[in-house]
Amino acid sequence: MGAIFRREFGAFFTSSIAYVFLAVFWLFTGYFFDFNCLQNGTTDMSGMFQNMFLICVILIPILTMRLFSEEKKQKTEQGLLTAPVSIGSIVFGKYFAALLLYTIALLMPFVYALILSSFGMVEWGMVFANFLALFLLGAAFISVGTLISSLTENQIAANVVTIVVLMALYLIDVVAGNVSIGWIVKAMNYLSFYRKYYAITCGLFNVSTVVFYISVALIFNYLTIRVFERRRWS
Amino acid sequence: MIENLHCGKDSAPVQNERQVSNAMIEVRNLTKHYGDKHAVNNISFTVEDGEILGFLGPNGAGKSTTMNMLTGYISSTSGQALINGVDILEDPIKAKSFIGYLPELPPLYLDMTVKGYLNYIYDLKKCKLPRRAHLSEVMALTKISDVATRLIKNLSKGYKQRVGVAQALIGNPPVLILDEPTVGLDPKQILEIRTLIKKLGKNHTVILSSHILSEIQAVCDRIIIINHGVIAAHDTTDNLSKNVSTDHRIIARIEGPREEIIKALRNIEGIKYCRADMEREKGVYEYELEAAPGSDIRRDLFEIVSEHKWPLLALRSAEMTLEDVFLKITMGEGIVIPNQEDVALANETKGGDD
Repeated sequence: MGAIFRREFGAFFTSSIAYVFLAVFWLFTGYFFDFNCLQNGTTDMSGMFQNMFLICVILIPILTMRLFSEEKKQKTEQGLLTAPVSIGSIVFGKYFAALLLYTIALLMPFVYALILSSFGMVEWGMVFANFLALFLLGAAFISVGTLISSLTENQIAANVVTIVVLMALYLIDVVAGNVSIGWIVKAMNYLSFYRKYYAITCGLFNVSTVVFYISVALIFNYLTIRVFERRRWS
Repeated sequence: MIENLHCGKDSAPVQNERQVSNAMIEVRNLTKHYGDKHAVNNISFTVEDGEILGFLGPNGAGKSTTMNMLTGYISSTSGQALINGVDILEDPIKAKSFIGYLPELPPLYLDMTVKGYLNYIYDLKKCKLPRRAHLSEVMALTKISDVATRLIKNLSKGYKQRVGVAQALIGNPPVLILDEPTVGLDPKQILEIRTLIKKLGKNHTVILSSHILSEIQAVCDRIIIINHGVIAAHDTTDNLSKNVSTDHRIIARIEGPREEIIKALRNIEGIKYCRADMEREKGVYEYELEAAPGSDIRRDLFEIVSEHKWPLLALRSAEMTLEDVFLKITMGEGIVIPNQEDVALANETKGGDD
């Protein structure tokens, strides 16, 4: 797993995806920081974090689109799958490489919190909870993108489909608002990514939310492993 | 052409008696279906430790499919493949650790340097050998040390192929499976790779696939000819060569009227077959003659042409090569006859090899 993780992380930088991702991610965090905190003269960063949900929907597919589609296209997949490593370690190696880059992007809000702390009291508990929520959200989204990347050999297709799927997850709440059948609304609310995320940005930290995001990440990574198993046996 | 037939003798020792006990690769009734299509059907063979086995067949015969099953890239529909006694499906990770595999397209990351890539493969295979010494040994063996710091995407095809061989060698696996290792290389590079494979065959078990016969003939101890997913022939290189050299054929280049020459040649005693080939120079044709086994028609031929004053411009033996056996075995089943380029390439490299 270590070798795949290191190579993949390096590949983010050689393919310049890392620079694009970090630049755009930090551009938006910077803008929302300025807009929500500096302009309003507040140390409450929840507004910024709330806005970051949509940015993740758009930017995380850039991070994941290449992961497996490029291997398939360049036929390097064959080298990976005939190496003495398990499929699980291939999938998780790549997954954690993307997650590490995402985590690096998340360090910027801490810098902003430090800047704010020189002007006034920063609620560090809130900052950490928000950070954790954004991290878990990314962890779940990246696993979705990884699965989609393993289904195609076209990066653009992987990117677009991932954006659509993540957008659908984002819009679950909107749809739920237009449905009148009780149990469907309940189920949709339960599956809603945004509702859980929003609750944390408002200060309602809930262990079940943590479990939810981690479960989603594990389920989608498991599905990715199944994709490779299935292809081998087909 | 003649020396080519016997090159198997000096190139490799022939193992006449097979010992089941030290089989490095054992394949039993391996089958792969894609829907209704039988890509590989019921293939069985064993490869002894330290043997070089050639896998020969036209494109689409099932060579790569078989290799992909042996290396665990795809699963078999039924049957078993044991690498060093380990079933590739039951314990894939252990079985794969015995194999160095060069797929048809080398799995190279184009954005990495050669050194970086080999380091990655070293880590991927969890290699225990001393890193620096092992990597420089492999790079020296495959002659890529001088491009170690260059990006793989900037390398020529020959170098890329050698990097592909190098990645298979990392970790010094006992089994090497090379899928068409010389495809797309120039004659000099083909020769180099071939020499390298011979060298590797001394302390590795090698399976090599190709659709170029001279290549397999020059390198391998044993040959499996595979066509339409089944084994069409399986024997030592020497035996296959012996079987084919009994048919005595010569090619004569004679100047003169074509029809008359053919007529005269057909009257030679013991001739089985005679036909004119293409016109080589103005009024000069090549004639392909096949005599009955055991009879020598060269003297009669000389007498006929001198009697008619038809200048004999060239005379050479066209003893049946493995190419012909291969065609005979696979004939009539939609096989692609090697094109002129392949033949020219093969002939070119044959000379220097022996």
